[in-house]
Amino acid sequence: MPANRFNNFTDYGIGIGLRATHYDHILTRKPVVDWFEIISENFMVDGGRPLEILDRILEQYRVVQHGVSMYFGSADKIDREHLRRLKTLVKRTKTPWVSDHLCWGSVDGRYTHDLLPMPYTFEAAKVTAQKVREVRDFLEVPVVVENVSSYAEFHVSEMTEWEFLNEVVERADCGILLDVNNIYVSSQNHSFDPQTYVNSIPAERVAQMHIAGHSKYRKYILDTHDHPVIDPVWRLYDRAIQRVGHTATLLEWDDSIPSFNEVHDEALKANKFLASSALATAV
Amino acid sequence: MKLLALQRRMARAVMTPLTPGERMRNLSPRGRSMRAEAASFIKPNDRLTSFERLEIYNRQYWFRIFSALAEDFPGLRAVLGDRSFDALSKAYLRDCPSTSFTLRNLGGKLEGWLRKHPRYGGTRQKLAIDMVRLEWADIEAFDGVSVPALKTEDLAGANPATLRLRLQPYVQLLDLRYPVDDLLLAVKGKNQDDEDFASNAFNEKHRGKRVAAVARLKPADIFLVVHRVDSWVYFRRVDREEFTILSALRAGKTLERAVDAAFRGSTIPVDERAQNVAQWFHNWAALGWFCLSEK
Repeated sequence: MPANRFNNFTDYGIGIGLRATHYDHILTRKPVVDWFEIISENFMVDGGRPLEILDRILEQYRVVQHGVSMYFGSADKIDREHLRRLKTLVKRTKTPWVSDHLCWGSVDGRYTHDLLPMPYTFEAAKVTAQKVREVRDFLEVPVVVENVSSYAEFHVSEMTEWEFLNEVVERADCGILLDVNNIYVSSQNHSFDPQTYVNSIPAERVAQMHIAGHSKYRKYILDTHDHPVIDPVWRLYDRAIQRVGHTATLLEWDDSIPSFNEVHDEALKANKFLASSALATAV
Repeated sequence: MKLLALQRRMARAVMTPLTPGERMRNLSPRGRSMRAEAASFIKPNDRLTSFERLEIYNRQYWFRIFSALAEDFPGLRAVLGDRSFDALSKAYLRDCPSTSFTLRNLGGKLEGWLRKHPRYGGTRQKLAIDMVRLEWADIEAFDGVSVPALKTEDLAGANPATLRLRLQPYVQLLDLRYPVDDLLLAVKGKNQDDEDFASNAFNEKHRGKRVAAVARLKPADIFLVVHRVDSWVYFRRVDREEFTILSALRAGKTLERAVDAAFRGSTIPVDERAQNVAQWFHNWAALGWFCLSEK
C-alpha cells in the first residue's frame, strides 16, 4: 500500500500546498519538495501569470490538483464550463488524481464558495456518487473525495458521516482524500470519537491524506488552516497511517502563512509516523 | 426533506445579509423567524442552538465574499472610503451573488450595477466608475488568453485596405475621465514616489487627500491600454489617435479604415501622421499586442 488505483498507482510522499507567497522562494531556491498540491480553480484561467508560474513549477516538481468548487453533493447539475476548464488543466499538469470535497456549495446556479455539509441521506449519497462518476468519466483520471469539517448537522440525516462517506465511495467506486484534521474538527463540533471515524473508513480506498491546523473558539472549532498541526491530530494521523500504510500526505496552510521553510518543516513532521508505519510493515 | 429543497433553504439563509453588527438576522427575507427556520432543518447540540450553528455559515459566507471583493477593488475602496465601500459591497453582493465557480468573477457585474445605482458612488460616482472599469480590466488583463503574436513576416504583401489585425484578447482598452491609473498604482504601492501611500505607516488622512485631489480634477480624456509584459500587468497611456486605431481594429475594421478614423478631426499635422503611425505600430508590435485575425 498505498499505491492504488485511486491515486493512479503512485507512491508520493509528503507535499505542501503551492501558495503565491512562496512562489519566489520556490522558483529561485528550488527547494527539495516531493510534490505540490495546487488549488485547481486558481489555475483554471486562460493565460497570464498563474499559468506561467504553474508551467515553471511543473518543470521542476510533481503537482496534484485539489479543487474547492466541484460540489459533488449539490443537487444542481455539474457546470460544464467548470469541467471543461478542469480537464484542460488536468492535461497541463498531468496530475495522477484529482480531489475535491464531499460537500455542496451551490444551488440554482448561485455559489456560496463554501464547503457546506451534506445531509447524510441515501438520496444525497446517490446524487453525489453519480456526480463523482460523471466527473471521473469526463476527466479520465481517478477522482477522490475529501471529508470536510462541519459546524452543523441535519435532522434528515439517516447515518453517520463516516457511513455516508463509505456509502458514496462504494457507489461511486472512487478513492478518499482522508483529512484527519477535518475529522478532528468535526468530532469536537459534533461530539463523536474521531478514532471511530478513522477505524471505519475503507483503508484500501485512501489515495491521499491531509493534515492542517485549526482555530479553537469557546463553543466550536473552525477549520482555518492557519496554525501548526496539534498533537491530537498527529495522533489521529498516526492511527490512520497504521491502518492505511504509507500514503501521500499534504499539509494545508492557507492563512497567516509563514515562511516556506516553516511550512515545509511542519509537513515533514509526518515522516516520523510514515517511518514507524514502514517499520511496522517490515517487521 | 429532499436534497434540493434542503439546499435551497440553507443557501437562502446563508446568503441572507448580516445585521450591522455582523450577526445573523432574526428574520428571514420572507419574514419568518430565523430561529424557527434554522431549527426546522439543523440539529442543535449541547453548546450551540440551530440558529448559532447556521450563523457560523452565514457569517463565513459574507466575510469571504466581502474580503474577495475588497481584494479585487482596493482602488474603489480608496475612492469611496471604507464605510461607503462596505455599503456598496453589501448592496452589490446582495443583488449580484456569485454565479461562477470562481471568486475571480465576483466583480464582473460591478460596473453595470454601479451605473444603475449611482447613490453608492455618491459625489464621486464618475471617478468610482472609472476606477471599477480599470480594476476589472486589470483582472481581465492579468489572466486573459494570449495567442501567438504577429511577426513582421506575417504582414508581407498585406493590403491595408483589406488587412484586419486582431488585438491580443488580454489587451484592454479604456477611455477614462480621471487619472485612476496613477491613483491605483499609488493605492497598491507600485509607484516609487508613492511608497508611503500604501505603507502601514500611511494614514487615512493622506490617502483621503490624494483621492480628494483626483476627484477635484476637471474631467479630461485619458486613453489607457491595460496589457501584459512577461506576465505582469502594466498601464500604458496612449494618444487619442492611437486609441481610435486600436479600438477600430478590435471592432474588426480594416487597417485602412482604422487609420482613417483615427485622423478624422485630429490636430496632428498631416505631414507627421505617417511617421506617427509607423512609430505606434512599431511600439505595439514590440509589445506583442497583435495577432492575426481569424477571419
